[in-house]
Amino acid sequence: MILNTITNGVVLDHIQAGGAMEIYKALNLDKLECQVAIIKNATSVKMGRKDILKICEPIDVNLDVLGYLAPGVTVSIIEDSKVVKRKHIEPPETIEGVIKCKNPRCITSIEQELPNIFKLTDRENLVYRCIYCETQNKKKQGDIK
Amino acid sequence: MRSLIDIKELTTQEIDELIVVAKDIIANPVKYLEKCKGKKLATLFYEASTRTRLSFEAAMYELGGNVLGFSSADNSSASKGESVADTVRVCSGYADIIAMRHPKEGAPLVASMHSLVPIINAGDGGHNHPTQTLTDLLTINREKGRFDNLVIGLCGDLKFGRTVHSLIGAMSRYNNVKFVLISPDELKVPSYIKQELDKSNIEYVETRSLEEAIPELDILYMTRVQRERFFNEEDYLRLKDTYILNMSKLAKAKDDLSILHPLPRVNEISVEIDNDPRACYFEQALNGKYIRMALIMKLLGVE
Repeated sequence: MILNTITNGVVLDHIQAGGAMEIYKALNLDKLECQVAIIKNATSVKMGRKDILKICEPIDVNLDVLGYLAPGVTVSIIEDSKVVKRKHIEPPETIEGVIKCKNPRCITSIEQELPNIFKLTDRENLVYRCIYCETQNKKKQGDIK
Repeated sequence: MRSLIDIKELTTQEIDELIVVAKDIIANPVKYLEKCKGKKLATLFYEASTRTRLSFEAAMYELGGNVLGFSSADNSSASKGESVADTVRVCSGYADIIAMRHPKEGAPLVASMHSLVPIINAGDGGHNHPTQTLTDLLTINREKGRFDNLVIGLCGDLKFGRTVHSLIGAMSRYNNVKFVLISPDELKVPSYIKQELDKSNIEYVETRSLEEAIPELDILYMTRVQRERFFNEEDYLRLKDTYILNMSKLAKAKDDLSILHPLPRVNEISVEIDNDPRACYFEQALNGKYIRMALIMKLLGVE
């Protein structure tokens, strides 16, 4: 399989195999006009198999969304066909406006204008809790706001 | 400016200081009669309450201060759709300190983000109720004279019972405390609380049997199964009478057991227990006034 090299853009590498589409949707990449390559099940020495997303345009990636969904992903910024910046994504300490609290007893359930803020309370198990009601967010596909 | 939203915000030393002040108020009430003269407490209660609201109000009056507020959401602008943030922005211009109860979890935290004066969480849904915990701690301290080396049984609704969650958090700070968590499967302590106990290496057991648990307890904290926490009436009716403490169950308990209950009681403690020397729940309600006096003084910076 031959893919054109990116001149200017962003590459998201080391995505867990099967995870690319969720990131594609969560980062709203479907709204972009430029070419976006979704590479599934690429061979990886470290991971066995992995997914890769190549975006042929310099965009601001929402690192909160990415860090919540797929910690461990590598983001590479490409300029003039060269990698000018590479970042290994860690789970963010706080995420705002990424997910919504599902607790019907939470104040955010009746006051819609309140920002949904979650704090990382257990880094090992990637547990996020609502700052208002402390309810644990159960991570599942499609829970990005 | 400091608020109190969660008991975890107070250090162990601060809790000890509040208890010392509360005990001094009990011993020398006259000394405190004018400590808050000219100050106003706003009680913003979006949910019904007897003890908490009245004890806050009595506390402020006994400190020489004044009180204003509302006792249900229907009597406030919340019924017109006003947000907590807006209500608090307005009310913090009318009072020096605010006590807030709200049925939604996290509402007092939102209030503290927008208030010009200290906010005291007077209960937010099934979440936190720090002044009840301070009340419980003062009661335990007055009954037992210590916080260490205690076996504490918590019985009833351990899932939605905010007083239970806060008390576990507060008592976890002390040495050699063991929790016996007595509840039906449907009303067990939430997993995040058990995770915290595991992380801190604190001993606890879960059981469904009050009879089996009662002989080893130093403190028995009874709770009501709260109708208002259930979305489904059928579940409430099925679970409400799971535990009833009566004289025959109490016969197996230690002579120096202390029975606590945040009140209101429905039928989970038989009235025949009320005159037993081990029943402490009415003293506990009175302690609530004294510890709230100590807290109001602390948050207002009154010496």
